[in-house]
Amino acid sequence: MSDIKYILGSFGDPDEMMHGIEKLQENNISIFDVYTPMPIHGIEAKLGIKRSRIDIAAFCFGITGTCAAFALIYFCAVIDWKVNIGGKPSFALPDFIPIMFELTVLFCAFGMVLTYYASTHLFPGRAPRVMDLRATDDRFVIAVDAKDNIEHTVIDGLLKDAGALEVKYNERKYISYE
Amino acid sequence: MSGHNESILREPLITGDNITYAKITDDILGPVENKPNKAWWIGFIVASLGALLWVVAVSYTFWNGIGAWGLNKTVGWAWDITGFVWWVGIGHAGTLISAVLLLFRQNWRNSINRSAEAMTIFAVICAATYVVSHMGRPWLAYWVLPLPNQFGSLWVNFNSPLVWDMFAISTYFSVSLLFWYTGLLPDIATIRDRAVGTRRKIYSIFSFGWSGSVKTWQRFEAVSLILAGISTPLVLSVHTIVSMDFATSVIPGWHTTIFPPYFVAGAIFSGFAMVLTLLLVARKVLGLENYITMFHIESMNKIIILTGSIVGVAYLTEFFIAWYSGSEYEQYAFINRSTGPYWWSYWMMMTCNVISPQLLWFKKIRLSIKATWILSIVVNVGMWFERFVIIVTSLHRDYIPSSWAMFYPTWVDISVFVGSIGLFFTLFLLFLRVLPSIAIAEVKLLLKTASEQAKMKQIKEGHENKEYVAEYVESLEKFDSVKQEDYAKI
Repeated sequence: MSDIKYILGSFGDPDEMMHGIEKLQENNISIFDVYTPMPIHGIEAKLGIKRSRIDIAAFCFGITGTCAAFALIYFCAVIDWKVNIGGKPSFALPDFIPIMFELTVLFCAFGMVLTYYASTHLFPGRAPRVMDLRATDDRFVIAVDAKDNIEHTVIDGLLKDAGALEVKYNERKYISYE
Repeated sequence: MSGHNESILREPLITGDNITYAKITDDILGPVENKPNKAWWIGFIVASLGALLWVVAVSYTFWNGIGAWGLNKTVGWAWDITGFVWWVGIGHAGTLISAVLLLFRQNWRNSINRSAEAMTIFAVICAATYVVSHMGRPWLAYWVLPLPNQFGSLWVNFNSPLVWDMFAISTYFSVSLLFWYTGLLPDIATIRDRAVGTRRKIYSIFSFGWSGSVKTWQRFEAVSLILAGISTPLVLSVHTIVSMDFATSVIPGWHTTIFPPYFVAGAIFSGFAMVLTLLLVARKVLGLENYITMFHIESMNKIIILTGSIVGVAYLTEFFIAWYSGSEYEQYAFINRSTGPYWWSYWMMMTCNVISPQLLWFKKIRLSIKATWILSIVVNVGMWFERFVIIVTSLHRDYIPSSWAMFYPTWVDISVFVGSIGLFFTLFLLFLRVLPSIAIAEVKLLLKTASEQAKMKQIKEGHENKEYVAEYVESLEKFDSVKQEDYAKI
């Protein structure tokens, strides 16, 4: 049994999978991760995952965009080269607003999404780290580290009781490398 | 997520009785994983011929300059800007569906947002090509950017709405693309994990290594919500700024403060019409009746009545304000629009945008696929004429009667426009073949709460109020994908 790295409980129903998580936690078995084909609401609380702080990042990027736009326009239109348009003031703040708004959105969107890609390690060409190929299709998969939790028969039983359609013993962490 | 059932009074968003998670994947990926059918090939050949025409016409314009178009010294803006505004407007429905409806928690958006967003991207591509070819010297297109240059760093004019528009359209395009692609990642991963060989390798690169772990999904949802939150004002700002291209000028007929809201309503109006034009066909050809149901079609039709009526009120308000302003130039511009040499285009606009969408108040018409499809085309024709009326009829009679002129399009004008439609459909048909036309993960979210079978189960459990059940069953009559006899038994 020592070659087994991960035990996977593959469920056909998200509610049964949630039940499986509860069962494992009641028995003090730590869960490595859960892979699902769709977002499962309420799972973060169960697995003790903290609220995402991406909104703070988004705000910071957005405000950077606002300032960058203002600085650019102010420099170009007020400091560097004033254009005399019928004697009107060159520091015409209302005219700056559209571009300040657009750059706020642009910086916020790109900054936030790139932060998201970086923090979840998503980038073009990255080798997918998948434990069960059906986890992006119709299976909800709970992964348990087999080295840390040695009572494999207990885990097997708990998962099957909760309604797992299949329990897999993976000897490799990720099967998607071949 | 499915701890509680959805009210039985809400119409189901997924119909059919043997829908499983696996079936959703199979149904949606059908067109992506199998060889295309004849209908697709015919459509693709026709569309790519159109795209070819576009390449020829745009290249001709680049080579010869915009003198190739029918512009004259009075009418300096015509089909090009008409086409540009028309395409940008069409694009807006995609963002509206994906962003505004997400903020309002309208779950019916889940099955139409993906193709609507794709439509946005392709429509903005079509719009952008008009801008570039209209520049006359497209190889100098970078001059619109505030770059230090060899002319002594004379910057772009930040007071000009055209510069604002450059920022707005490029932000809109890139943010829409980002929103669309991020949403696509889980679905590309689904295709990847089902494919073999080279196909898997290709989709693997584009899936960015998506795994579907808890944290990825949690942040994904946060990112989607914030993107929706910033895209909503973005989409409003884009068409507002497009309208300012006109509204900040001093041309009678353009110089009005009503333009921003009126343009935005018109954009949503035409965009939803284009979504219907595309999806009514795609639903049938790709066999997606269970996911894009009559409820979706009816909801979109309702938005069309609403926005069509807003546009109608705007037309009348414009007319009233022209009279009320007491400005004879303003008054003449509007009298000339409706009774001058371009009266036919004005009344074409009025009929297609204000009068015919009112037919959708009738339930029978709203629920008829044929009628809806025809009306969606009518709306798009009407919206093209709206832009034509605003642009050409305001320009063609300027302050000096000796320079009054008419606009006659050349073959290049016509080819650029027809070709851009070809380009749009070519891109859309290719999209249907390589990427899922419905957001798979988002539709799966609805299966346990908002599907017909979940509601059927609720009814069978027998805890539901009888009146509610009767009302629910009655609401199912409009669905073409529901078998009524299943409900007769209960």
